[in-house]
Order: sequence, then C-alpha cells, then structure tokens
Amino acid sequence: MPRPLAAAIREVSFYSAVLFFVVIAAFPFYWMVITAFKTNSDLYTLTNIPFWFNEAPTLAHIKYLFTQTLFARWLLNSLIIGVCVVAITLVTALPAGYSLARMTGRSGETLGIGIFMTYLVPPTLLFLPLSRVISMLGLQDSMWSLVLVYPTFTIPFCTWLLMGFFKAVPREIEEAAVVDGCSILGAFIKMVLPVSVPAILTVVIFTFTLTLQEFVYALTFISSSAQKTITLGVATDLVRGDIYFWGELMAGALIAAIPVAIAYNLFLDRFIAGITGGAVK
Amino acid sequence: MSAVLTKDIVKTFADVNAVDGISLAVPDGEFMVLLGPSGCGKTTFLRIICGLERQTTGDILIGGTVVNDIPPRARGVAMMFQSYGLYPHYKIRDNIAFPLRTQRVARAEIENKVEWASNLLGIGHLLDRRPRQLSGGERQRVALARALVREPTVLLLDEPLSNLDAKLRASARNEIKQFQQRVGTTTIYVTHDQVEAMGMGDRIAVIDHGRVRQVGTPTAIYDDPADRFVATFVGTPPMNLVAWNGGHLGFRPENFLPRELIDDSAVTEFSFRVDRSEYLGSERIVYGVLEGLESVQEITAKLPPAHVDQESIRPGEWHAFAVRNSALCYFDKDGKRAIRH
Repeated sequence: MPRPLAAAIREVSFYSAVLFFVVIAAFPFYWMVITAFKTNSDLYTLTNIPFWFNEAPTLAHIKYLFTQTLFARWLLNSLIIGVCVVAITLVTALPAGYSLARMTGRSGETLGIGIFMTYLVPPTLLFLPLSRVISMLGLQDSMWSLVLVYPTFTIPFCTWLLMGFFKAVPREIEEAAVVDGCSILGAFIKMVLPVSVPAILTVVIFTFTLTLQEFVYALTFISSSAQKTITLGVATDLVRGDIYFWGELMAGALIAAIPVAIAYNLFLDRFIAGITGGAVK
Repeated sequence: MSAVLTKDIVKTFADVNAVDGISLAVPDGEFMVLLGPSGCGKTTFLRIICGLERQTTGDILIGGTVVNDIPPRARGVAMMFQSYGLYPHYKIRDNIAFPLRTQRVARAEIENKVEWASNLLGIGHLLDRRPRQLSGGERQRVALARALVREPTVLLLDEPLSNLDAKLRASARNEIKQFQQRVGTTTIYVTHDQVEAMGMGDRIAVIDHGRVRQVGTPTAIYDDPADRFVATFVGTPPMNLVAWNGGHLGFRPENFLPRELIDDSAVTEFSFRVDRSEYLGSERIVYGVLEGLESVQEITAKLPPAHVDQESIRPGEWHAFAVRNSALCYFDKDGKRAIRH
C-alpha cells in the first residue's frame, strides 16, 4: 500500500473513533440545550424534526423556572450544602490523609484501604440506618441533614485521594521545615498544603460535584420543596404525575451543569495531576 | 568543650539495631566526617543528632546541654539534606530567610543575613528564582546558605554531594571545606565516599553495622587502621590481606613494590605472579597472586609508571616483590589490629 494512503487511512480511522465518542458524549448535552430553548408546541409536535429548532427559540422555560417554581431556592440550597460539605471534607480529610500517609507506616496503608472501602458501600444500603440517625437528631425534612450525611462518602474518598498525594510529597521538605523552626503542624500548613494545591482543588471539585448530583439521600430525607436541592427539586417538582415539564427539566439541568463544566475545564490539568498524583510516583 | 557529644546512642528499628552504641565527641569547630557503607546507620545517627529521630537509649549533648527531649528547631542545629529539601513554592530569597522568619528575627536583619549568606556562596543573582529553575550545583549552594544563615551551633550534612555529577562534586567538595574553615562552624558530614571523607574531614569516624570502628584523622585512618573493616573500606584499591598466623597480614597496594625499588633492608619479601595490569596514566595497577599464601581477594600493587614499564612486569611471570616492614599491618583472627606480628 502506498504510504500516503496508509497515513490517510490511519488519520481517518483515528478521527472517526474520536468523532464517535464525541457524539456519544456530547449528544445528551446538545439535546438538553435545544430542549431547554424550544417552545412547547415545537417539542410536542410529532411531525417536527426533533434535532433542531422548528420554531424560534424561547426563554419561557427558564422564566417559568425562576418565577413559578422554587428553582432559585434549590440552587441556593445546593450551593450552601456544597460549600458546607466541601469545608467539612477538607477539615477532616486533609489531616486524616496526611497522618495516614506519614505517621502510621505500613498499617496506615491498610487503614487507608479500609477507609476507601467504606466509600464503596452504596447509599441505597445506608439510607435506612442513616435515616434513623437523622430522625434522632431531629433533622428530618431539613437540608442540614444532607450537610451531615454527604461527608460519609466524600471524606473516605478524599482521604484516600489526599493520602496518595501526600505520599508523593518529598519528606525532606517537611523535615527541613521542622529543623528550620516549625512544629510538625507548622510544617504541614506552611510546606505540605501549598505544595498540595492540585490535590486540594481536586478534592474541592470532586466533593462539590458529588453533592450536587446526589439523589438518593436527598429524596429520602427531604420532602418540602423549600428544602430541596437542585437535583431533587428539578426531578420531583417538574414531573407532576405523568406529565414531564421537559423544557423546564432541561433548563434546570443545564443551569446546574454549567458552573461544574466551567470548573472542570478551568482546573482540568490540576485535576488530572491530583487524580494521578498518588498513583504515579 | 565539645560542640556535640553523644553517649552510647542506640536506635532500634523492629529488632534491628540501626545504631548500636555510638559515643562520639565532636569538638568546637571541627569538621567530622561519618564514613561508612550504605545501611551502616550513619544517616540514622545524624538524624538522631538533628532530632528527626528519637534514639532508643543514650544521651545527646549539644553545646553542653542534654537535648534528648528538645525538638529539632530548638537544638541550634542546621541540616542539609541529600536532595536538599528546598521549599519548591518559595523563592530562593524566602527559602534562605525561612529559618530566620520562624525565629521572628527583625525584617531588616533578615535582609542583611540573607544577603550575607547569598554573597558568601555566590548566589546573589538567584534570589528571585524558584528552586526548580536552578541547576543541581546552585540548589546545593542554596541549601547550604539556608543552613548557615542562622549561624547554627552544629551544621549537619547528609551526603550533600551525591546528587551532583563527578566534576561538580570535586569543586563543591573543595568549596564546602574552604567555607567551613572560614566560618568555623562545627560540622558533621555523612558520606559513603572515602574520597570526600579523606579530603574534607579534620577527623573521620568509620561506621559499620551501627558501630564506630575507628575515629581518627584521615592519616591515622589510612596508615593505621584499627581493624580489618577500616583497612579494606578505605583506600582504592583496598588494602591487600593475606592469611598469616591465624590472622591476616595487610599492606597497601602502593607499598607493595618490586624488590629493587625499595631501598631498605627491613622488608618482607613475596613472590608475586602478575595476572593482568591496568595503566591509569598516573599509576599502574597490577593484579595477581602470591606464592604459597592465601589472600582474601586478588592481590593488587599500585606502581609508579615512571619506574615500572610494561616490559618489566609481564603477565604470567613470577616477580620478587616486597613491603617495608613498617608498612605492614597485622590483624588477629577477630579482625582487630594487633601490634606485633
């Protein structure tokens, strides 16, 4: 086979594969975007081509979301829960991951794996016992129950992630700081944390995304609309009986997805460094 | 007064004595080298002096005070690590200033001292860079500046030259030594490299299996080894050892010469069969065996090429070699040096 032809075939097959996955990944997003801006008559006329606008785009669904539903409140709830859970996770997982990486030697690794295992226990198994805990604390039907429950899966995962990262931080930096006049805590704050910014960012983004997309606990613990998170509110208050408010559903999902997508893209490099930091030494 | 005094330091890691009873006195201003093979406990011992490890038993005195329970930061020691341990997120200026900042030294004084230390080491132009932008040699100087800036009682160096290439290592060796003489800081220097130890140390402590085998000046260590370990660890090629009266007889390769080159009658003669020889420019290393004597390893002779050419030492032939009696060392069956042989 002539060389240019072989090269062409290679290129074509490479880009077809890429295209295939791009379509698979981007199509749902595209569908969400056009649905959010289609008029209802456009959406429900069966003779229309569904892949593009047949009538002029509209902002009616978004307007409906913000005026006729508690969407703004859900957005705020999700944000408050996310920020609180991120804070709780960092405060717990940073020292935990560091101690597991540094202090306990071999048993630390076993303990770390043990902690990670708890992350694998699914919420569908845990929501029953946890609902008892929540009711004992008098937090039924309150978004604060979620602030309490979400760390049960964010902390194990983030502790594991940070442990791997801290292991890759050269010990000599901390030891130099200890000789140069720091306590162990001082060395951790002044040396280890600044060097670990990629890992910390990863933890922040990851935790925030996990809380934003969580559904089972929110569904179990919350019933009044004013306490709902965005995932729960959109899915429960915009599906009434067997009527799906598709335009509003998609608009709500779109608005929730945009900040996360931006955050991921801005910190993509650091995010990858954080995820692989512990694995590749 | 001793700047550093250790009394019977033992450090046990899971049943193994990494440091097995080291007592060492380092006088004020001395450059003491801890020399030993890797895994001999010398770095652990240094870390114990520094306070990064806690000894299992034994006492450490720095400047006359027992520092067993004092954290590293309050011991008045500075340490330079093998890979330097520079703070990657700080500029060089802040790296050097860090030990002073933690002691809450006044800002103006910090600036003066950073300038003093960086000028001393010729890194004034690097102050606004970050560690990753520096070459190995520059990093090493920054680490030294950071260690010296607060004028420690004792400077601890853990194999500081092992990350440098051979050429740079020679100049850095010279630099550290000169520098130490100028500043006069008591220094403890850990290395496995005998060239560094011989070239830099006022005294050398040879360590093996967590014990001090000998402490002495480079001359004493080389000419007068206390036991077989020291004799064979120091010197390249190592001292020749042959079985002798139940113990071993040792002699340095450079003292093992053709009989006609030694103008002395108090000699011990050997019949030496040359197997091969290497010409290294300034010397010729000849390998072979001795007639009727069992040796620990191949016998080597280091000959001056000016006096011995290729023709006179032919492989496969027996030659009359000799060692001055004054250059012979006798070790008993336990490897200890015996006076008489």
